[in-house]
Amino acid sequence: MTLLLFLAILDGLAYAAQVFMVAVGLTLIFGVLRILNVAHGSFFAIGGYVAATLGAWAAATAAAPVLALPVLLLAAVLVGGVLGPVIERLILSRIYVKEHVLQLLVTFALFMILEDIQRLIWGVQPIFRDAPVRVLGQVEVGDIIYTAYQLYLLPGVALATLLGLMWFLRRTLTGRVIVAVTEDREAATAMGIDASRVYLLTFTFGTVLAALGGALASPTTSLVPGVGVNMIVLSFAVVATAGLGQIEGAMLTALLIGLGRSIAVYFAPEFEVVIPYIIMVAVLLVRPHGLFGRPELRRV
Amino acid sequence: MDRRLALPAFAGAALVISLAAGAPWLKFVLTIALAKGLAVTGILLLLRAGQVSFGHALYIAVGAYTVAFTPPHVGEMLLLLPLAAAAGMIVGLAVGLFVARYRDIFFGMLNLAFSMVFYSLLEKLYAYTKGTDGIRVPRPTIAGIALERVDYEWTMLIGGLGIALVLGWLASRFLASPLGQALPAIKTRETRLEFAGISARRVLLVAYVISATLAGLGGGIIACTTLHVTPLLSYWTHSGELVFIAILGGGGSVLGPYLGAVAYELVRVYAAAAFPDGWQMILGAVLLLIIMFAARGLWGVYEDAVLRKGRRA
Repeated sequence: MTLLLFLAILDGLAYAAQVFMVAVGLTLIFGVLRILNVAHGSFFAIGGYVAATLGAWAAATAAAPVLALPVLLLAAVLVGGVLGPVIERLILSRIYVKEHVLQLLVTFALFMILEDIQRLIWGVQPIFRDAPVRVLGQVEVGDIIYTAYQLYLLPGVALATLLGLMWFLRRTLTGRVIVAVTEDREAATAMGIDASRVYLLTFTFGTVLAALGGALASPTTSLVPGVGVNMIVLSFAVVATAGLGQIEGAMLTALLIGLGRSIAVYFAPEFEVVIPYIIMVAVLLVRPHGLFGRPELRRV
Repeated sequence: MDRRLALPAFAGAALVISLAAGAPWLKFVLTIALAKGLAVTGILLLLRAGQVSFGHALYIAVGAYTVAFTPPHVGEMLLLLPLAAAAGMIVGLAVGLFVARYRDIFFGMLNLAFSMVFYSLLEKLYAYTKGTDGIRVPRPTIAGIALERVDYEWTMLIGGLGIALVLGWLASRFLASPLGQALPAIKTRETRLEFAGISARRVLLVAYVISATLAGLGGGIIACTTLHVTPLLSYWTHSGELVFIAILGGGGSVLGPYLGAVAYELVRVYAAAAFPDGWQMILGAVLLLIIMFAARGLWGVYEDAVLRKGRRA
């Protein structure tokens, strides 16, 4: 019982780390662009697929096995660096002035397109490549043998992302410019800030984070059609529970939901998928803007 | 119904019947299209309020599974369809009480979340739902008479048309009523609506419950037509399909959903067979094009082509 609980906590931490990587990009993009990007889950999936393909290719060219790890990062930067700017410039930049419902529909349409692109390229058979996990080997924690990848690397990357992001947004010029645009776009533009560049930068950065989440998740789960939609719904639950636009809050709710889910996996597997939403609904009933969210001003 | 709608409505109904008479296998496709048209009418009501639900396939599945769970000896259409609609209404009220507090992103995504939860429950609770295998539905009697396949399909199609015409008329009456007129007010400026002493939340809840009821009825018709229900009915792709049809048909008229649904289903029969893995992609691309270049959908195209010209002449 305690052993199971301990195992559930370790799984929950690793899982929370993955979800956080996607959720933080989603919330960052929302904070700046005021668009909820439904296609964000697809970036996660595509990041995973590209990482698996690149990894297979790197292994085939007889490169050192350790290279399996940097390949994950490379895949994320490739996916985010290509998809992010293309989508922001070609499509999103045209709809910033449109109604909310149309913005949602546009990202939903993008999501539909990207889901099928994955099927066309990678097919529907599950893809599983655990080379990066094997590189790091296993560690013993108490009586449990656990992979170092899930124990150290995943939570480590998530924590580094959180701290790095906090530092970036508060201490660097670019970061402060992003915060300024988030707070008040008009005022920021009046100060001479190029808001459209900030949008492009933020969207690309968020895309890289989602793809990195996918790349990091790929060695621990098999990639099948549908991972994208599950991830967008789950990371929306995380982001909504924290309050849209809240970065530190997203870490906390990712932990809450990740742990809740993995405990359910061990103790009530039928309800695994329901737990995150029960948590979300419970929080939203009490605090409609999320745990850390601020209500928006109502205009007449 | 005013004449500008009645004429195309009856012409459309006649066209559907002649299509089905010309190509018998189309009866099935067209009945499904009408059922989806019902659900899309619900989406249309919500779109009028500026809200989009990415989870209305939930209510289609609720209606369909209600039909599947009803014991076979009660297999009577006149009982099954009201039951399906009632189930949609009850679930819609329960979920609606929660989601009607939210707008825009939250509204859309919470609906998606509810439908995905329902999907996984249908898939996982194998003992009750037989998981992804789904449940076979015995062909119900209609008014106590057990019909042969061809007669049954005709009855479903004509009955579906009748339901669509009646509910389409009711929907247009609803949109013209004070409550229906309050929906666009939620879209433009909710606070002003509240200053006028009208609860925006209640207006949206009413529209939501109606939309859930319509989708439940549509789900019931789908189950009685396909005679087999699976969890896939509540999967996000089906919710996306409903939203797609609503935008394709256009939000300007209660006929838009049926126009969109019939066009969509007819194209799908051919295109989905030709590109089974690229179907969502085509839908997504068309959706983008409509939103960017023809925001009023097929009904808008029709209006421009027929009604405007008629006025000039």
